[in-house]
Order: sequence, then C-alpha cells, then structure tokens
Amino acid sequence: MGRFIYRRLIHGLIVIMGVTIIVFVVTRMVGDPVQVMLPLESTLEQRAAFEKKLGLDRPIHIQFVDFMANIVRLDFGESLWQKRPAMDIVFEKLPMTILLTAVGIGFACVVAIPMGIIAALRPGGVVDRITVFVSLLGLSVPQFWLGLLFIVLFAVQFKILPTSGAATPAHIIMPALTMGLPTLARLVMLVRSSMIDELNQQYVKTSFAKGLPFVRVVGIHALRNAGLPIMTLVGWEVIRSLAGYSVVVETVFAWPGIGLTAIQAIERDDLILIQAIVFTAAVCVVVINIFMDFVYKLIDPRLKLT
Amino acid sequence: MSASRNVPLLEVRDLVVNFYTRGGVVQASRGVSFQVDYGQTLGIVGESGSGKSVAVQAVMGLISTPGRIEGGDILFQGRSLLDQAGKKFVREVRGKDISMIFQDPMTSLNPVFTIGTQITEVLRHHMGMTRDQARRRAMDLLGLVDINAPEKRLKQYPYEMSGGMRQRVMIAMALACEPQLIIADEPTTALDVTIQAQILELLTDLQQRLQVSVILITHDLGVVAQLCHRVAVMYAGRIVEVGDADQVFASPVHPYTKGLIRATPRLDVVTERMVSIDGVPPDLISPPRGCAFSPRCDQAKKDCLRAQALTPLGDDRHVSCWCAIKGDTR
Ligand SMILES: Nc1ncnc2c1ncn2[C@@H]1O[C@H](COP(=O)(O)OP(=O)(O)OP(=O)(O)O)[C@@H](O)[C@H]1O
Ligand code: SF4
Ligand SMILES: [Mg+2]
Repeated sequence: MGRFIYRRLIHGLIVIMGVTIIVFVVTRMVGDPVQVMLPLESTLEQRAAFEKKLGLDRPIHIQFVDFMANIVRLDFGESLWQKRPAMDIVFEKLPMTILLTAVGIGFACVVAIPMGIIAALRPGGVVDRITVFVSLLGLSVPQFWLGLLFIVLFAVQFKILPTSGAATPAHIIMPALTMGLPTLARLVMLVRSSMIDELNQQYVKTSFAKGLPFVRVVGIHALRNAGLPIMTLVGWEVIRSLAGYSVVVETVFAWPGIGLTAIQAIERDDLILIQAIVFTAAVCVVVINIFMDFVYKLIDPRLKLT
Repeated sequence: MSASRNVPLLEVRDLVVNFYTRGGVVQASRGVSFQVDYGQTLGIVGESGSGKSVAVQAVMGLISTPGRIEGGDILFQGRSLLDQAGKKFVREVRGKDISMIFQDPMTSLNPVFTIGTQITEVLRHHMGMTRDQARRRAMDLLGLVDINAPEKRLKQYPYEMSGGMRQRVMIAMALACEPQLIIADEPTTALDVTIQAQILELLTDLQQRLQVSVILITHDLGVVAQLCHRVAVMYAGRIVEVGDADQVFASPVHPYTKGLIRATPRLDVVTERMVSIDGVPPDLISPPRGCAFSPRCDQAKKDCLRAQALTPLGDDRHVSCWCAIKGDTR
C-alpha cells in the first residue's frame, strides 16, 4: 500500500512537471510574451520595464529555475488582467467549477445508474428501448445548443429559472443540467451494457439459487461487478470537466468558474493566469487519477495496488 | 421435521418448459416427471442438451426469460412451488431447503466478495443470524467440507482459491441452512480427475452423514452406478427410463439407456470397442413426432411415431418405449 502511494505520487509529479515544462516552453519560446501581453502602441521603455518585471530579460535557464521555484510555492505572479496573484483567482474560481461538476455529474449518476439497471433487467423491453432512444438523443445534441435551449425554455418562456451568474442556489440548476445530460447519456448506455453482461454471469444464477432477494442480487452482487467500468467513465467525466470541458457550459451561463476564467484570460492575453490555470488543471487530473485507482481497488480486490 | 413421509420430498409432474428464442420455441422440458424421496440420491443422465439442467433449474425457480414454465407442477413436501402461493413458498425454500451446486466453480462465486461474505449472507438471510453467529457457522461449514484454516479462508476472495477449493466452498454454501435437498448439476465436470474423485467422495459422505436428498446430474454413468439410489435417463426433454440404479444398469430396457451404457467405457470389463450411439440428438425446436429417439433407434417401428407416456414396468421402473411395453426387447 505504501509503495503504491509512493509510486503514484512519483508518477503524478512527473506528469505535473511535464505539463509545467510545456507551459514554460510554449509561453516563453513560441513567440514573444511581451509582444503578446502589451498593447501594440506601448513604447520600447515600457517593453523593457515589463520584461524586467517578469524577469524575461534574464538567460532562459535562470528563468526556468526561477519559474520552477515559484511554482513550488504556488506563486505564478500577478495576473496582468486583474492585478492580483494568479493563484488567488484560481482558488476563487476552481471551487465554483468543482461545485458545478459535482452537481452536474452527481445528477447524471443518480439518474443514469438506476435507469441503466432497470433497462438491463429486460433488454429489448419497453423501458430499455426508451432508455436507449433518450440516450442516443442526448448524445447527439451539442452541449451549447442544449444550454441555449434551456435558457429559451426555462428562463425566457416560463421565466422560472435565472439565466446567468451564480447568485442563488437556483442559478446552478440549468448549468448543472446542461453539464450532466451528455454525461447521463453516456453513462446510462454503459451501465446498461455492463449490467446486461453481469446479469448473465453464472454468479448471478448462484445468488438467485441461494435465495437472496432480487434487490441484493442485482443491486449488490451484479452492480459491484459492473462498478469498474462505471467508475472509470465517471472519473473520466469529472476529469474532462475539470480539465476544460466545463468551459462551454460556463460560457453559456456565465458561471464564474475556472473554465470561463480561462477563456477570459485567453481573450486578455493574460499569460500568467493561463499558466496558473493549466497547472491547476494538470494537478486536478493527477489527483483524480490517483483517487480513481483507490476506488478501483475498493471495488475489485483482484486489482493489485502496484 | 416435515410433512407426512408418504409424500415424496420432491415430485415433478409433467413439467413443460419452453424457451422463446429468435430461432423458434425450444421445448426444453416436454413433460418431465420424476420424484426424489427422503435421504435418497437421484442421478439424472442423458446427452448434452437433453434438458437436465432446465428441469432442475425449474425446481429452483431459476427459469427466466426467454424461458417459461408452461405446464405441469413441482411439489416440494407436497406443496406446489408453481401455484399462486408457491411463488412465495419458493422464495422461502430456495437456498434454504433446496440448494444447488453448479458446474463451474470458477464462475459460480462472485469474484468481488470474500468467501466469508458469500457464505454468511445465506445464513443471515434465511436463518436471521447475526454477523457473528453467521461467521462462526461459516467456519464450521468450511470444516465440514474439509477446508482447513477456515478463519483465514473466510477473508479470501475466490481468485485466491483453486477450482476444487471453490467447489468445496459452493458445497459449504449449499449445506449452510441444512437443506433437505441438494441439486448438484455436473459438480465435477470442470475439475481435474483427481479432484473430481475427492469432491464426489465428499458429497457422498455428506449425503450419508446428513441424510440429505441429492439430485446429481452427470455424464458419468460410473458415478451414478456408484453413488445413486435411483437413476433417471433423459432424452430430448423427456425422461425415457427411470428406476433403481442397480436394476437399470443391470437390465436397461429403453434402447437409449442401452446405448448409453454400451457407450460407457468400463474398467472392470474388457470391451472390444467403444460403441457410441449413432446419430445426433434431436433439435428441440421441432422434435420428432412420437418417440424422439426413433430416428436413431434400431428397433423403431410404426408404433413409435405415436406418443408414448412413461409407463410403469413393475418395481419402480418406468419406461417410455413401445417395445418395452410389449415386452419384446430382450
Ligand atoms: N436460456 C436459454 N435460452 C434458450 N434455450 C435454452 C436456454 N437454456 C437452455 N436452453 C435449451 O434447452 C435445451 C436443454 O438445455 P439443458 O441446459 O437443460 O441441457 P443439459 O441436458 O443440461 O445439457 P448439458 O449436459 O450440456 O448440461 C437445450 O436445447 C438448450 O439449448
Ligand atoms: S419407442 Fe420405438 S423408437 Fe422409441 S426407443 Fe422404443 S423402440 Fe425405439
Ligand atoms: Mg446442463
């Protein structure tokens, strides 16, 4: 167990280092950051001063060592746009995205798992066909379009939900739905197919022969076996959302999360903030991956923690 | 301990089970009748696909879509498992008074739960035991099936055990609630030969010690001759001959039974050659009219195209064959 944690952490660190180096290279060496960040009409003196402020006048290897040292202290420098530490902004926005992701994907799980199970109980039955149809529909609708549809429907037409921002708890409903529905569609198909597979296994027959209640056989014996692929997809959906896909939903609903912030930082050429966001996303991905490995082991004892 | 002893422990009457598949209706049981008495072992033999598993799965209430029980009755201690009240009764009985051991121990246990969980859940469900009581009983059960270090074994997962060990666990699980009837569907087919012998020995020993009734499905006539009091021979969804095992083996009546016995290599007799039964088992979607064995039977005649019920032949032997009834088979 200790060895497992150790190895996973090392792997994680390597991934984060890699991402950091790529960020460094892309922002320093591809094009001129000063050119990008300062307005066109700025004077040579202004440029020189700015270069000095960011330390861009020093040799590249010194810059790199500095850059890494700062990252260890989670110090990316001040956001050019908001004039405050970039990491402060990240820490302010990231929880909003985590909240949105949790509610959206949580909703998807709560609906998709029972729905997939019920569909799997009678493949080809009425519930199954409806489930497959709805999920195919969900898969083929683009997310931004879904978001706009919700706005037209619930905000404009029925006037029951607020359109944008995050002022009240009601504000999360539409963005979370928009975020959750494609996930729900993918998840329900997977739950359905995994459960159909599991319900045909011999151990299910054994469990019934033991006289165990239906709910226990399906909901505990079979579901735990189907848990591995299900958790893999859920983990992937969470990673996807935290690593940038939330941007669509956050933009449509002006949800003040990390995705929206990333777009704004890009629009304003705020390289400092972009670096901080990319770095954070990488850390999120690594952390979730490690967490998922633990969950796998909990679900399936055959997987060795190595 | 139970209802009056003049009704058999289990009686299956004219059981009809059909599977509604895309290719057509598979008539897996076409009027199966047999009975098992207290403390007795019934062997069921017959070629692959003859409907042995389906018949016993019907007893366990394990027939599910696309299969349907469409006729006959199953009586356990005189009470129907199929009528309205039986639906509830079967839930009480299954896993408690009747338990089942399956063919492949590698897939019969749930891979993601410990042996302990899988044994104790039966005890907790049927006997209402506490976690602790169930654990202690589970250890006793593992001892009963000759598994040592039960404490350690309870914490293990199926993948940590050999096939023979897993089948012992299955047997322990089947014994958990002191059943009256254990159904073993080819319990040794998937195991190594040496392990097969051990498992069969264990089963016989337990059967005698606990005086439990057993239905043993097997392809091995030698095993039936050795272990079973009675034997039922199945062909194409029907029982074609049933009776005292010794008598059936000594003087088989039905041509199919004769064929099966002739096709079994014997260690004690030097046979010139292995004789297999010519032809293939019939398609159960459209089985032959009358006697299903007629296309392969060398004694077939016109009469054989008419249906023939299982007819008593003295003692407790029942045979469904036209020749047998006219007594001109020998
Ligand atoms: N779930 C099912 N769907 C469709 N047909 C089935 C199903 N289960 C059994 N059958 C059919 O019922 C018939 C009897 O099958 P069964 O499994 O009882 O044979 P068996 O005598 O146990 O054979 P074996 O010795 O190979 O175990 C076969 O023709 C089989 O194809
Ligand atoms: S009924 Fe006729 S065909 Fe069938 S086994 Fe007897 S003799 Fe053969
Ligand atoms: Mg079988």
